[in-house]
Amino acid sequence: MIHDQANYEREGENVREPLLSEKGQETVDVREESPLPDDLTREELTLPNPSEPETARHYTRLSQMNWAIDSGPYPLGSCTMKYNPKFTEDVAADTNAAIHPDRSERSAQGNLELQHRLQEVLAEIGGMDAVTLQPPAGAAGELTGILVAKAYHEHHGNDRSEVVIPASAHGTNFATAATAGYDVVELPSGEDGRVDLEALEAAVGDDTAALMLTNPNTVGLFERDITEIADIVHDAGGLLYYDGANLNALLGRGRPGDMGFDVMHYNVHKTFATPHGGGGPGAGPVGVVDELAPFLPTPRVREADEGSGYERFEPDHTIGKVHGFAGNWLVSIKAYAYIARLGDEGLADAAAKAVLNANYLAERIDLDVPFGPFHHEFAATAGDRDAADVAKRMLDFGVHPPTTKWPEMVPEAMLTEPTEIEGQSSLDDLAEAFNLAYADTDEALDAAPNRTAAGRIDQVGAARNPRLSWQALDGE
Amino acid sequence: MSRANGTPYAPHTDDETAAMLAEIGVDDEEALFDIPEAVSFDGDFGIDARTERGIRDECARIFARNDDLTEFLGRGHYGHYVPSVVDHLADRAEFLTSYTQYQPEVSQGFLQALFEYQSMLVELTGLDVANCSMYDAATALGEAATLADRVRSTSGDTVLVPEQLREGKRAVLENYCDGADLAVETYPMADGTADVDALADRAGDDVAMVYAESPTVRGCIEERLAAIGDLADETDALFVLGSDVVALSVLESPAAVGADVVVGEAGSLGLPTAYGMGLGIFACSDEFLRQVPGRLVGASEDANGDRAYTLTLQTREQHIRKERATSNICTNQAWVALRAAIHAATLGPDGLVDLANDSVREAEALASRIDELSGAAAPVHDRHHFREFAVRVDQPAEAIAADLEGEGFAVHAIDDHLLQVCVTDLNAGETDGLVAAFEEVL
Repeated sequence: MIHDQANYEREGENVREPLLSEKGQETVDVREESPLPDDLTREELTLPNPSEPETARHYTRLSQMNWAIDSGPYPLGSCTMKYNPKFTEDVAADTNAAIHPDRSERSAQGNLELQHRLQEVLAEIGGMDAVTLQPPAGAAGELTGILVAKAYHEHHGNDRSEVVIPASAHGTNFATAATAGYDVVELPSGEDGRVDLEALEAAVGDDTAALMLTNPNTVGLFERDITEIADIVHDAGGLLYYDGANLNALLGRGRPGDMGFDVMHYNVHKTFATPHGGGGPGAGPVGVVDELAPFLPTPRVREADEGSGYERFEPDHTIGKVHGFAGNWLVSIKAYAYIARLGDEGLADAAAKAVLNANYLAERIDLDVPFGPFHHEFAATAGDRDAADVAKRMLDFGVHPPTTKWPEMVPEAMLTEPTEIEGQSSLDDLAEAFNLAYADTDEALDAAPNRTAAGRIDQVGAARNPRLSWQALDGE
Repeated sequence: MSRANGTPYAPHTDDETAAMLAEIGVDDEEALFDIPEAVSFDGDFGIDARTERGIRDECARIFARNDDLTEFLGRGHYGHYVPSVVDHLADRAEFLTSYTQYQPEVSQGFLQALFEYQSMLVELTGLDVANCSMYDAATALGEAATLADRVRSTSGDTVLVPEQLREGKRAVLENYCDGADLAVETYPMADGTADVDALADRAGDDVAMVYAESPTVRGCIEERLAAIGDLADETDALFVLGSDVVALSVLESPAAVGADVVVGEAGSLGLPTAYGMGLGIFACSDEFLRQVPGRLVGASEDANGDRAYTLTLQTREQHIRKERATSNICTNQAWVALRAAIHAATLGPDGLVDLANDSVREAEALASRIDELSGAAAPVHDRHHFREFAVRVDQPAEAIAADLEGEGFAVHAIDDHLLQVCVTDLNAGETDGLVAAFEEVL
């Protein structure tokens, strides 16, 4: 199945949708009408001034030059791109929910109740004791979790300076540990793609504050030795952090809390089908075991005494705040609605079908796929082909390519996660796109993509000569 | 064709599932799970699946438990009317259900929209570079502090912020400063704006960053920004200015007053109040380009020589540089940035300036009406105000705020005898009611 993106032509020439600024700008004399004295105001403001129909056409055209999960398969590895149900948008659009965050407790009972319900249900899914919804994204959740762990150690007088992270982990783990002020100890992967227990023993010690782990890991393998891993980290006095990026493969089959994890974040925009929005907003609720609950961000929400609704409270040793207000609230609502729609059986089945799909697709492609069997994703290798070139060619066959060149433990990796939403025929199309692109000629790979709104883009040139605004294009 | 799936969003028929299992060579789905018995889970969370209709009703019932109040709340989070066209365009699934633009050829639409958002911020701030969004004003301020730490590392570890600063913002800043070993200290305010003389006394080599806001948390327009900029400059501290997109459209250009970085809220365009969900601004001068946190969209060319857009300078980011990245931010607020850009396009510069001017006029008009009431004085600070102002009340502020709530109005109680009131185009039509309610409860 082929999908062409919108393209525009004038007199036989390809023409891009112009920038709004190129369609005309207007300069306003700010001081002319201002109620403020001149020395407090700017002189003028210059911005585009399109009519509403022009605005509608501009953004509609831009949308037609953009791939999305509603356009077709989007099998990015390590980022669960699943279908976003439409009704959750309507639930989140309820104007009664869009109140100001500084509302009194008494006048915000509805929002507090939904926050409380979502906290409870996430705690249950993760096997955790307490949850905060404040972090506005997965990486913000990581930072929250690590700051909570840090506060816990400091409270107990533990002077620990290191966070251990497998080499294959998401880059955010490393950046998060550094942002929290920790030194990073990188843990090499074992030969079977999993954590090597001996290497772990060697890496942890008196300085270890935490081990950050994804399970299933970034090549889709379940860390079968998780109990031993937890023991090694705990025996050294460290905490075990669960990166929730791959929770979709585990739903209803295993819970981080039962595996010995002390703190985790949930990527609700992955696991619970809230739209990625081209790069956010997401949300990264954090769950912890009882011992860490006093350090969670403030405020938390709990049921007040008998029948009097819900109240905010400040945990005894709170780390303070990680977002100015209550996090990305609209995303929380969508996650709640999605979880309610699926229930126990649906959540477990989402994991089952995601795992089925990954293994089926891995079976159907001609590329080598090391390791296995897989949970929800696998890293195929493009071998002597350039994974990025193969990916560009895949675009010509009507699918979005997988994540390329990562993780580094698989050479020319094509990290693929089809999720539960693709059926057999769609997976066969995906496999065909893989196979055709992988087998294609060097010339074809170099020339790809051809059916997208733009041809191959010079990314090196963009970095060498940064032009980051329409003002920077003036005179071109 | 039957589907025995638990999730309504997996398309597999029973026959398909069987065929796929056969292709893999296993008997059932369970055989694909590699989870040791000791840590496996039986799937019983106790969550009942509900219908779409049921969930819509359930959530509507829950949200109806929020009191129906007319809000005059602000203090860093503002609701303006969002035109319908914003929802309709931003809700197009090609925007809403897309991912980060790692394959630029197939993501030109969103990349161009983000490039235009960056451009709008460049115009509003007068600075050279704007990223394509942070989570909110508070986290953007935290990122500015870590930027200051990187670019001003030889000159100290103190971050100076106004003593009157929203507590949530301060708390988030502290968390970012914690990891960078920066100390947060306050400088005094004088009648709602910075006490620049006191700030001059405090300035010195140990200061890495000076933060000021305009409008301030009390809604006052800062009158001496250029002097603060000079002070920061003299001591080689980074001057970070906090504001929001509506205020920036009329207030002094941050570049003109010497700001190195502008942070703040852009969610005042495009977003409903959304219980505090925001959109963080981060703009800075060219000098710091390679230290900027977050994503940047740049213009380039495609194979045909046509202009095209791509994420750029990704070597700053965590997926490439890991622990040496300029920030851990990955997923940001891209779709909210799109909404802000559409809202700004809908208003145009005239509409934006009108909205800002109204925010000054309405605040001053409402303050003077409240000032006429016995038992209240407003504005407390003798300054120009933007959207909001403090009110001194003779009776305890908490009690007055609670009484006003009884009359159907929400305002802030900010101190023993201080209230704060915020007026925008959304509630400007309700000011008669608020004044009457004040009269009732004072």
